[in-house]
Amino acid sequence: MRYNEKELQALSRQPAEMAAELGMRGPKKGSVLKRRLVKLVVNFLFYFRTDEAEPVGALLLERCRVTREEPGTFSISFVEDPERKYHFECSSEEQCQEWMEALRWASYEFMRRSLIFYRNEIQKVTGKDPLEQFGISEEARFQLSGLQA
Amino acid sequence: MAPGSPPGLAIAAMKLNERSLAFYATCDAPVDNAGFLYKKGGRHAAYHRRWFVLRGNMLFYFEDAASREPVGVIILEGCTVELVEAAEEFAFAVRFVGTRARTYVLAAESQAAMEGWVKALSRASFDYLRLVVRELEQQLAAVRGAGGPALPLPLPQPQALPQSQPLSPTPALAPPLPHWPSALPPKENGCAVWSTEATLRPGSEPPPPPPRRRASAPHGPLDLAPFARLHECYGQEIRVLRGQWLSSRVQP
Repeated sequence: MRYNEKELQALSRQPAEMAAELGMRGPKKGSVLKRRLVKLVVNFLFYFRTDEAEPVGALLLERCRVTREEPGTFSISFVEDPERKYHFECSSEEQCQEWMEALRWASYEFMRRSLIFYRNEIQKVTGKDPLEQFGISEEARFQLSGLQA
Repeated sequence: MAPGSPPGLAIAAMKLNERSLAFYATCDAPVDNAGFLYKKGGRHAAYHRRWFVLRGNMLFYFEDAASREPVGVIILEGCTVELVEAAEEFAFAVRFVGTRARTYVLAAESQAAMEGWVKALSRASFDYLRLVVRELEQQLAAVRGAGGPALPLPLPQPQALPQSQPLSPTPALAPPLPHWPSALPPKENGCAVWSTEATLRPGSEPPPPPPRRRASAPHGPLDLAPFARLHECYGQEIRVLRGQWLSSRVQP
């Protein structure tokens, strides 16, 4: 699949929600743990060799599952192939917790559901649609029916 | 670049979880827009008709509507969407910033389709959605905190967004908004610290409170643009687009 790699690389240079050096192990059997600078930008997780400016790779975080593994370790897998896991080793439980929380928020689909939820709640309290001010109240992607998807 | 590699040879291509990307393209998550568009192959290349599917901040394109795997994807972060002068009718462009950055020229099959796409694409970024979610989160906390039949508060920026009608406050409510406490340490870069104090009714299933963030160390400068200013920037973009649509509609 073709994709705009240059723009994705540029994205990896943007301010990050979270960035830290973690131990990372790929999903292939026999993968070795490597030190990587891991950086969360919008719904992408970039990983760099610790002394390089260009990322080794990126993970799009849609339809992913973040699972606690051993203490201080979590994994990311994808809904269509849950056994194929990317492992991340943190330096502390607290750091592990923070990353897992941050990754939960790092998907467009999660954001969309949050928006629909807040919109609905505000409407219940105030009787007004808060999206009208943005001019996006009619957009199909923000309708309540999206929650059932 | 690896030592000894021939000049001009690029370093290894960045890895991307393309299989997951392909699944995301064809899964049952909501589609934000879909339809045929003509895509210009390159600067002097011809247009190819492709089936486009916008989902989130990903613009996928397929050979046709029945294809099961996308030909490609345009990741829509850090781009602007503009109307363009082109030989092709109903053309618009997705433009990325930066030297040697690509501009994708696309053409719809009708004025309405073009407008629909421009609107959808200009609001497709994760950044935009996050901005809106934060705003709503703030509003919800405000109306719940006020207690009783509180009225919605106006948006924090001085100039109104297009379409925004100033919501009429009651005489008792002075509209200054709950503002971010100025004591907040600027530890984030471009992302305002979210309140973790949202009071949630038991029994409802809200999203969890956003995580506390850590400063990201070496990568990326600290961008301390306040939320209101980011909001205004997007508002401005929308205003410009609206102006263009309205003026283009006036022409015969």
